[in-house]
Amino acid sequence: MSALLHHPGYEEERLRRLSEQLPCRELQAGMLLSLMGQPHQYSYPSVFIYGHRSSGKSHVMQVLLKELELPHATVSCVECVSVALLFEQVLLSFFGGDAASLLPRSPSLSDFVRVYRQQCSQSPAKQTRYIVMEKAELLRDADANLLPALLRLQELVEDNVTVILLTEIVWDRFRPNTGCFEPLLLHFPDYSKGELQQILSRDKHPSYSAEFYSSYINILLGVFYSVCRDLRELRHLAALNFSKFCEPLAEGKVKETDTHKLWRNMEPHLKKAMQTVYLREVSSLQWEQMQQMEEKENGAMRGLSAHTHVELPYYSKFLLIAAYLASYNPARTDKRFFLKHHGKIKKTNFLKKNEKTSNHLLGPKPFPLDRLLAIFYSVVDSRVAPTASIFSQISSLVTLQLLTKVSHDDQLDSPKYKCAVSMDFIRAISRTVNFEIVNYLYDFL
Amino acid sequence: MSKRKITKTNVPVGECISQVQEMLRERLCHQRLPDRPEGVEAQHKHLLELLKRTAVHGESNSVLIVGPRGAGKTMLLRCVLRDLLEEKEAQKSLLQVHLNGLLQTDDRIALKEITRQLHLENVVEDKVFGSFAENLCFLLEALKKGDRSSSRPVLFVLDEFDLFAHHKNQTLLYNLLDISQSAQAPIAVVGITCRLDVLELLEKRVKSRFSHRQIHLLSNPTFTEYLDRVRTQLSLPDDFPDDKFALDWNASIETLCEDKSVEDVLQRHFNSSKDFRSMHMLLMLCLSRVSVAKPAIKPADLLEASRLCLADANANMLHGLSILELCLIIAMKHLNDVYEGDPFNLQMVHNEFKKFLQRKSNSMYNFEQPVILKAFEHLQQLELIRPVDSSSAKTQREYQLMRLMLDHSQIMEALQKYPQCPTDVKQWAMSAFG
Ligand SMILES: Nc1ncnc2c1ncn2[C@@H]1O[C@H](COP(=O)(O)OP(=O)(O)OP(=O)(O)O)[C@@H](O)[C@H]1O
Ligand SMILES: [Mg+2]
Repeated sequence: MSALLHHPGYEEERLRRLSEQLPCRELQAGMLLSLMGQPHQYSYPSVFIYGHRSSGKSHVMQVLLKELELPHATVSCVECVSVALLFEQVLLSFFGGDAASLLPRSPSLSDFVRVYRQQCSQSPAKQTRYIVMEKAELLRDADANLLPALLRLQELVEDNVTVILLTEIVWDRFRPNTGCFEPLLLHFPDYSKGELQQILSRDKHPSYSAEFYSSYINILLGVFYSVCRDLRELRHLAALNFSKFCEPLAEGKVKETDTHKLWRNMEPHLKKAMQTVYLREVSSLQWEQMQQMEEKENGAMRGLSAHTHVELPYYSKFLLIAAYLASYNPARTDKRFFLKHHGKIKKTNFLKKNEKTSNHLLGPKPFPLDRLLAIFYSVVDSRVAPTASIFSQISSLVTLQLLTKVSHDDQLDSPKYKCAVSMDFIRAISRTVNFEIVNYLYDFL
Repeated sequence: MSKRKITKTNVPVGECISQVQEMLRERLCHQRLPDRPEGVEAQHKHLLELLKRTAVHGESNSVLIVGPRGAGKTMLLRCVLRDLLEEKEAQKSLLQVHLNGLLQTDDRIALKEITRQLHLENVVEDKVFGSFAENLCFLLEALKKGDRSSSRPVLFVLDEFDLFAHHKNQTLLYNLLDISQSAQAPIAVVGITCRLDVLELLEKRVKSRFSHRQIHLLSNPTFTEYLDRVRTQLSLPDDFPDDKFALDWNASIETLCEDKSVEDVLQRHFNSSKDFRSMHMLLMLCLSRVSVAKPAIKPADLLEASRLCLADANANMLHGLSILELCLIIAMKHLNDVYEGDPFNLQMVHNEFKKFLQRKSNSMYNFEQPVILKAFEHLQQLELIRPVDSSSAKTQREYQLMRLMLDHSQIMEALQKYPQCPTDVKQWAMSAFG
């Protein structure tokens, strides 16, 4: 049951329509409505609304401003690559195209405020004007004065205007060093599991019953809720996988009410979806195609991974192995691994137990070229002369981003490298050349 | 008082509430000037005297108004101007130029704005000037023309004064202060700033031309005074359309301020900030809850408003994380404990998480590394974790060093409030070491 919104400034009918569009956000909408007050009354100069992705921030604002027909300008900071666009959009929405064209070529804040003041002295606000800034965190990357100026725009233009910032970052990470006009902070809490269920179930498919769709959503949330609470993403996943859910029904194997069977059929499929569509490893289209293929090939589906398809020349593989060893082994252990007659190095000295963390947790360390070559010659079985081809192979490994060059401007002549592949990848490579890499890794001794 | 013999009554309650909202919102949201600036009478008198000397007697001057954010600097100046312009003579002769460091970000823009505000665009037209000083002098000279032999006094207000000190060579500041000191033309320069160290930003030649007059707004009210302010900010004036309603309203505000729980809440706010602006925000949240159905501010409203003001935003955001993301945060907390706050990377966090899964978890299962990476990236996007150096674009994502931007108490608080947090996860977070 939705608690109806009340406000003396607006008709009951309008408010009812409004709350119908805002399931599970009545509280926030009501709060905003009471802050906004009646259209002609002043509202707080700037309001900062924060909350997780898809928690309804923009939706609630848009529905409120549109349904109540309040003067407003919505600006997405992603789309406004220059402040000029931002200024234009605000002037356009409030005063029309002629006003926007009064701005000079690359307008300063001073120009914007000047034009705004001129315009609003001709047409003073009869109702509070609202400027909604989407993805407001990007304002921090703009000119340093922009954010503080927007926060006190009401004072600067002397108009009945309120600026609303929407973002998923907390206010503390916005505040400039010398302070600013502090906005009123409002939080949009995340949807609970029940609320997600309620909202998602509204998208029911016309040819199936509401209960059926709702039980589908229930299964979907069972799989994805622990990793993802983003309504938009869940809605997308729901739309993509629904046909699969309906399959046994269409084949006449299961009845609509047999939720347990439906669940058994669906769960593994959704788990697979988590490894793929959810991670954007495959596009939605590819996923749909894969689902169809799967029917044909009887469930032989492999995950896609770009790395497994790279074919490397023989010596490049050894170069990469050497690079991996150089990145993950401490240099002082090279003797032990790669010198044929290393004499007696006591194992106890060799293994420093107080080293806190394994190298595989810290990531690859940079190494110089000569160390790479030394290891390379010792692991590759047949003798190879240091020809130019070795160097060109190194640079193509860099191009493939399997190796990265660590640039230090001061030592241009002795470049350092890092190996940029995972353990699984290097093991696969090693297997193709019959090299037991684990025996040569310090971490696995 | 005599005018108000006829009592105005019988205005419908809906209309009254509407009036209350309108009047109080002007105070709380629109910086409506008070009739008399409370608590800064001395500063008001001082500034009024100074500006009068410029406006009426044509003396030049410079002064800085210094005080923290929201202390009432702008309000003080506007009050003084309002009172100054009540004098016929000042009103006739004084010209005003209002600049703001946020808007006029360099001296070229500032000069354009000065020209515009003095209505001299036509006089300047396309003239070319050799220097900034020449241009400014030309402007002031142009004001002399007409029937007067002497210049009209000009008041220059520079809000966010410290930002003008960042302009190249401080040319504008130098020239304005130079004119004010050498009395070439009668001008008063009023700077407004929240930086107490503002003089140190000025170049020597600029500083030496400044009068060194400063008006400080460091009002430090007692709690009783603070309480009085709350009362006056919420009270209705004598000319409210409905006498009876206004009386009742004001009485209810009295009662409100005497309530013990209200006093506690206000004390807490008083201890963290005493300025008008943050008080206005608190009171605005209360006012917004007034409606026909509830035509008064109740203690509960103040409690709720205070709860909103004091809410911990980080804890609010943690509440909305997925259980996987929360687990990663806990793993980071453990890493912070073990390595005394050294930065960490995803690989280490994942490893820590795996240790927990191996030990006992039955509420969670292990996710593939890419799923974990996605969760990790989400945390970074929310700026709950931050890369140690941004230049490491070449490092593989799972090895990039990060720092947690939360402290332990925030994590613990979030954990308590987290909906349906599995007990083993909770216990894991509580245990000193992973
Ligand atoms: N003595 C006072 N009596 C009544 N209201 C006051 C008083 N002082 C400040 N206010 C109110 O407090 C609010 C903040 O004041 P003001 O904008 O002048 O601060 P400021 O010092 O200019 O801050 P900033 O440095 O951010 O510009 C205004 O709404 C103002 O009307
Ligand atoms: Mg100010």
